[in-house]
Amino acid sequence: MNFGFSEEQELLRATARKFFENECPSTFVRARMEEPGGVTDEFWTKLAEQGWLGLVYPEEVGGTGLGFVDLVVLMEEMGRASMPGPFFSTVLLGGLTILEAGSTAQRKEWLARIASGQAKVALALTEPSARWDAAGVTATAREEGGGFVLSGTKLFVLDAHIAEAIVVAMRTRESGRPEDGVSLFLVPRDARGLEARLLPTMDQTRKLCEVKLGDVRVGKDALVGTKDGAWPAIDRVIQRATVALCAEMCGGAQKVLDMTTDYAKIRIAFGRPIGAYQGVKHKAADMLVEVENAKSLTYYAAWAVDENSPEAPLAVSMAKAYVSDAFRRAAGNGIQLHGGIGFTWEHDLHLYFKRAKGSEFTFGDATYHRERVAQLISL
Amino acid sequence: MDFTLTPEQEALRAEVRAWLTANIPDEWVNQIVGRADVPRAEAYDFMRAWQRKLYDAGFIGLTWPKEYGGRGLTFMEELIVQEEMALAKAPPILNILGVGMAGPTIIAYGTEAQKSRYVSKILSCEEIWCQGYSEPNAGSDLASLQMRAVKDGECWVISGQKVWTSLAHVADRMMLLARTDPDAKRHKGITYFLLDMHLPGVTVKPLKQLTGDAEFNEVFLDNVRVHESEVLGGVNNGWAVGLTTLMYERLALGFGLQVRLRIALDGVVDLARRMEKDGRVITKDRIMRQKIAQLWIETEALKYTGARGITKLLKGEMPGPEASSGKMIWVDTHQRMQELAMEIEGPYSQLTRGSDWAVEGGLWQYTFLRSRANSVEGGTTEIQKNIIGERVLGLPKD
Ligand SMILES: Cc1cc2nc3c(=O)[nH]c(=O)nc-3n(C[C@H](O)[C@H](O)[C@H](O)COP(=O)(O)OP(=O)(O)OC[C@H]3O[C@@H](n4cnc5c(N)ncnc54)[C@H](O)[C@@H]3O)c2cc1C
Repeated sequence: MNFGFSEEQELLRATARKFFENECPSTFVRARMEEPGGVTDEFWTKLAEQGWLGLVYPEEVGGTGLGFVDLVVLMEEMGRASMPGPFFSTVLLGGLTILEAGSTAQRKEWLARIASGQAKVALALTEPSARWDAAGVTATAREEGGGFVLSGTKLFVLDAHIAEAIVVAMRTRESGRPEDGVSLFLVPRDARGLEARLLPTMDQTRKLCEVKLGDVRVGKDALVGTKDGAWPAIDRVIQRATVALCAEMCGGAQKVLDMTTDYAKIRIAFGRPIGAYQGVKHKAADMLVEVENAKSLTYYAAWAVDENSPEAPLAVSMAKAYVSDAFRRAAGNGIQLHGGIGFTWEHDLHLYFKRAKGSEFTFGDATYHRERVAQLISL
Repeated sequence: MDFTLTPEQEALRAEVRAWLTANIPDEWVNQIVGRADVPRAEAYDFMRAWQRKLYDAGFIGLTWPKEYGGRGLTFMEELIVQEEMALAKAPPILNILGVGMAGPTIIAYGTEAQKSRYVSKILSCEEIWCQGYSEPNAGSDLASLQMRAVKDGECWVISGQKVWTSLAHVADRMMLLARTDPDAKRHKGITYFLLDMHLPGVTVKPLKQLTGDAEFNEVFLDNVRVHESEVLGGVNNGWAVGLTTLMYERLALGFGLQVRLRIALDGVVDLARRMEKDGRVITKDRIMRQKIAQLWIETEALKYTGARGITKLLKGEMPGPEASSGKMIWVDTHQRMQELAMEIEGPYSQLTRGSDWAVEGGLWQYTFLRSRANSVEGGTTEIQKNIIGERVLGLPKD
């Protein structure tokens, strides 16, 4: 048994940390927050040059062919930097869906272009009902004239406004089981009747959209995967993306802990560094313990996903439940232990605090995943 | 990252599993677990016999050197055995302080004579050990201990009082910290002795705990003559040796207690399947499902954080102050688990051993009460947080 990272993975971590320190300091993050796009072409190209946009895609479609344990290392560093931009939506949602469900031709066409930084693809799954399960997919696609007509509203769609194409999950058949009758379509963003509207978000590094489909006509070739049978692929995408998100959250939580302990060593009150006071020290110790546990569960989930272990769904839900709470608490405590400065716009803490809140509810919060755990352990 | 085992390790797993199935005594399930009103003396005899059985089968002290009764294997094999014990709900051993602390410390610091004299008897449960650290005026602030040792010829003459000494009433030996140089700085003048509890001048007075049992004691030493060959790790070096013990204690906690936690959790789930609340099985209650799932997740988190620590150990790194966090989380999780057992039992949680209405013979009432000590024994949670804050996070001392 070896529950640690390899030398290559440690090297990836060191490289990534340096890269983000240079390329993605908080001045960069803040500038992107103010813009609708959330990314610069230059930065996106650099990510591609590092091989990170295709890290988990197979080599035959232009990827690097690494696994989720490797990805976790990279995501932790991205989370540490509070990196803005469409990495998550393109690489882990749109791209991963094409990888999981797409035909050989679709994979060839899109994944190499994603990996090289040429294409951005979003995934439109959730709707105003804010459900993460199959029953949440109610927007319909009906067959007509050899193609399909899509209509409905998708909500909480990451980066749809800057994507070249959007993979949308639609209901193509009503049945007793919500998992039956879901299909995926790849729709160009400029398709007639499709409207992607950017929404103001608490976490400005994450750009969320409403996507309205008003009788959007697509051909049969827009179908990604089998008609009516897309849910298992979507489920796998959610599972994998959740692991990646957990890792990003761990990286953010660790960064908050680092900022807080650094500050507690230098901020003087009543003649001593505040870190000497147990009210501060013990909170920091609690943060450390939770952050370490959060990592342990995330690493295990990444391993389980890489190995296609039957335990993967349980491992992923355990991780998301724990990490959601841990990051929220770490970020909150981080602000508290900084005092007034922690409440300023100028200080970076709020970037993490807001990221924690957004991530908490992405792919289900702790309550949702604890219930899943309860089901998976047959309670 | 790789959780696969070598063929030898797989074989060991199969071997332990088969052995446990065949050897876990029925009376453990039917009497000790099922009837918590078994007198403690009987429970001790049972645990002693069980440990002996484990020793004869080679499933204890796996990491200890072969020449002292161990098997010279790695922590990985130890972990496999512990995991199987959890799955099989194996009984606890009696000489827990000997195996968890005294043995590893003697192996680390002992002379050849000390090692061959003491170590294998710890494993076989021929000699029970207790830990004589705490005193009436030295608990968290251990370095202020006052037990005095004065040199007289080849012997040290030791007088003073220890308190809260678990198992002293059945122990043959004590890991004893005493002050050998009162003029030196607090941490410098302390020596670690291997004390024979049967020597003249040693008096043990049991103290009744809030559980109603008397499992810890006051121990009085009145001019007890201890031969100088019983000093472990050098005169006035007791603080360093004692810290090693504590480090092993927390490491052992990481292993052993994780196993106990798993067993307790399975028990809680069982309980929840059988008990009802407002006319509905507890496991169908949405809030109770949340609470059980949360404890499940935390138990797993502890396991994997432990696995990361073991990976470091296997790579040759020493267990560091991170071990404190393992102990601290364990305590917190276990105490909440015991609280949850009470919540599941509802009004029945009031009934204890002796009542025929008591759930599982009052077992959970005992474990619930006992769990209150967890955040005090082995270093309080407040002290663990100081250690994490200062030695892991590098915050200034308070
Ligand atoms: C069931 C049980 C079994 C035990 N078995 C053994 C044994 O076998 N051998 C042995 O040697 N000892 C044993 N102990 C003793 C145990 O190690 C001590 O009780 C423990 O270290 C605390 O010391 P104390 O009781 O003197 O409490 P104190 O040190 O007086 O602590 C009282 C309270 O003050 C807090 N406190 C103290 N100092 C600080 C500080 N610096 N910062 C913040 N808070 C602080 C503590 O956390 C605690 O809450 C046992 C205890 C129990 C309950």
